[in-house]
Amino acid sequence: MDALMQFIFSGLTVGAVYALVALGFTIIYNASDVVNFAQGEFVMLGGMITVFTFEAGLPLPLAALIAIFVTSAVGVALNKLAIEPARGAPVVSLIIITIGASIFIRGAAQIVFDKQLHRLPSFSGDEPIHMLGATILPQSLWVIGGALLVFVGLYLFFTRTLTGKAVLATANNRLAAQLVGINTGFMMTLSFALSAAIGALAGVLVTPITLVGYDIGVALALKGFAAAMLGGMGNPKGALAGGLLLGLFEALTAGYISSQYKEAVAFIVILAVLFVMPQGIFGEKKTERV
Amino acid sequence: MTCRRKWIQISIIAAIMLVLPFFFPSGYYYRVGALVFVNALSVVGLVILVGYAGQISLGHAGFAGIGAYACALAPTHLGLHPAVAILLGALISAALALLIGRPILRLKGYYLGVATLGFGILVSMVLSNERALTGGPDGMSVPDLGLRSLLRDMGWRISGGEFWYGLNAVVLLIGIWIALNLYQSATGRAMRALHGSEVAAQTVGIDVPRIKLQAFVISAVYASVAGSLLALQNGFITPEVAGFMHSVEMVTMAVLGGVGSVLGATLGAAILTLLPQVLTVFAEYEQLVLGLIMVLVMIFLPRGLLPSIVAKLRGRGE
Amino acid sequence: MSILEVKGLGISFGGLRAVNDVSFAVKPGEIVSVIGPNGAGKTTLFNMISGVYMPGVGQVFLEGQDITARAPYLLARQGLTRTFQNLQIFQEMTVLENVIAGFHLTERGPIWADLLSWPSARKRAGEVRNGAYELLTRVRLEKAAEEEAGNLSYGALKRLEIARALAMSPKVLLLDEPAAGCNAVETEEIDALIAELAASGIAILLVEHDMKMVMRISNHIVVLDHGEKIAEGTPTEVSRNPDVIAAYLGSEEETAHADG
Repeated sequence: MDALMQFIFSGLTVGAVYALVALGFTIIYNASDVVNFAQGEFVMLGGMITVFTFEAGLPLPLAALIAIFVTSAVGVALNKLAIEPARGAPVVSLIIITIGASIFIRGAAQIVFDKQLHRLPSFSGDEPIHMLGATILPQSLWVIGGALLVFVGLYLFFTRTLTGKAVLATANNRLAAQLVGINTGFMMTLSFALSAAIGALAGVLVTPITLVGYDIGVALALKGFAAAMLGGMGNPKGALAGGLLLGLFEALTAGYISSQYKEAVAFIVILAVLFVMPQGIFGEKKTERV
Repeated sequence: MTCRRKWIQISIIAAIMLVLPFFFPSGYYYRVGALVFVNALSVVGLVILVGYAGQISLGHAGFAGIGAYACALAPTHLGLHPAVAILLGALISAALALLIGRPILRLKGYYLGVATLGFGILVSMVLSNERALTGGPDGMSVPDLGLRSLLRDMGWRISGGEFWYGLNAVVLLIGIWIALNLYQSATGRAMRALHGSEVAAQTVGIDVPRIKLQAFVISAVYASVAGSLLALQNGFITPEVAGFMHSVEMVTMAVLGGVGSVLGATLGAAILTLLPQVLTVFAEYEQLVLGLIMVLVMIFLPRGLLPSIVAKLRGRGE
Repeated sequence: MSILEVKGLGISFGGLRAVNDVSFAVKPGEIVSVIGPNGAGKTTLFNMISGVYMPGVGQVFLEGQDITARAPYLLARQGLTRTFQNLQIFQEMTVLENVIAGFHLTERGPIWADLLSWPSARKRAGEVRNGAYELLTRVRLEKAAEEEAGNLSYGALKRLEIARALAMSPKVLLLDEPAAGCNAVETEEIDALIAELAASGIAILLVEHDMKMVMRISNHIVVLDHGEKIAEGTPTEVSRNPDVIAAYLGSEEETAHADG
């Protein structure tokens, strides 16, 4: 029982990160119908920039802010330079563009920073907290809490603010949004900035636990993508559920079956879900019009 | 495409294959050429799946992994000749593609992407984790094909590089010939038809799931044979052959050259295989340049290099 | 003896009844038109008959055999095919290849023969090629044979779709607005083509907005309104039917309101 609780804690921690990456996928997908495989690189950038500015002597909160800001700028640049020029391209082309962009960002990071693994100090010490018969690191609480805050914040942003509603409107029907006077180009920019910032925040939060290196993005992008798909692409609730579920699956498999195959089980579950529900758990069923 | 155009395309590639060695400054280049041909072979298979039938696979390296490890494992464990192991690998890949193809190919777009991606990752994970059998991430050695010593006994002495250059060239030509045959056949036309409109394809009697499955199985066999040849010529194999990045590389080669065109796919394979060789001087910048090329080609030459060039030339000609 | 029979067909989308309890029959060589105001459920009806949608209730019979909700490719093999209101062309294939694709059922053979370009495969391909040329000539597109289909005009593509459907030598042909977007000359051509097809014994089910054309060529007309069949009969009977007049006038009134 205690072991189970322990696995659930670690699953939720990892799952919260996956949920944030999946959320990043979702926001960009909604705005532009693009699955951005460079999403994992935002997490990497968030961690790396924080590490390097922190080691240069800046206080941690400021370093984190700079990292999030710079990563957002990278997100906006990605949209302007790679996604917008390819508007309307087929899915395969878009996949290659964003994978190409992710390889590019990774290559740049390896030159600007280095190829080492780095860590950050935990925000509130490393003293494990005893909870429900298991222990949890304070940093895990930071990760889970941070993810929850982001989801609540975004929920409020999308439902309570005019800008948020405009983003949703653009996602729903680009042309109609333009007709009612929404600057859809700006909404795209905003979506990329937001999604990059969320990725960077995930990177900042998780680096004290998992370390950061220039090449952590690929695995995160795959997991985040899988989580987003599991929940149903384009649905923020789905991103949250998909991310947490995936994290839990992994932790439970690692705990009870085989730590080597924890990621395998995650992908098996995803395949199973897609076979039964080809649109994901929260995805809408589309009827083809002819 | 007429029969004549098919043979023109094959002749062009064969001629290039024959002429190139005269410009090789050293024996090393035979190795590079052999690698280009192996990659081109798996990419021609992807052209059938992606270019003809319009389906995506982000996990095709999984089949290359099966082909590669069949050649590494079957000779030692089953006592099979490596050449037979190539066939065994192709058979296993085809069977697996047949098995997972039905449910996977019901999916569309990104969902198909994630499902195939999941399949590829599962294969590479098994290869990395079953250390007792595969040696894990460190890889394992692959026995010699034995064909070269046979040639030597017959009095034909050629270097390893030359041998693999020749063998892979022949296999690639056969692969291209088959792909071009398919293009102008009823099955190939059905693949291209469902690419254009699935619902219209159905109304002319095309069994869409079945044809998709055929494209998937055929392309899996291509990838598997390519994986086998790669393993045999390197004499060593690691699970990276089945990894996500290898799948991405394959799709990129196909799309870079022009995914609808067999000739273009070969060109794409050549460019992306040669690029790292050229860039070894700037090893640091390799990823940077690779990523940049992928993005730029897709933005400025969305149909791929070869079709875009052909379209340009035609435009000028008229 | 009717070749196609529709009995009590109906479907709902999210609680909304799109088509409700529609029945009619088509005989070989007969042209039956389905008319009705926009949104009356004509295309939905077509989609159910041709197996694109699964009907909620009711049955479809082809030559007396129950074919309800059978997959479109199986229906094609039994001799029922269709064209589409919003074109479904194989854009990246040539015009000729589009029609050859229509010969799929005649041309297909063992896959290994296709892969190895076996003489049998080449023979099959050669035979249907001639047939495809003939059909292109019939719809007067033979000059565009080698062009990429995506480059053709709308009217030409409409005719190409018909040629592709004819390649299967169907017994029943569903035409969804074949003359939509065509000019007067093209409409007349399609008009003549349809009459010719019916004369050759094909049963034709037609959805068309061009009332003049419908009245001219139909043997029998089925009128839908709000998903229900409100009338059926010969063109003369239908045009005098007060319900039909009301339905059309009613919808015109609504249009007038919307415009105002």
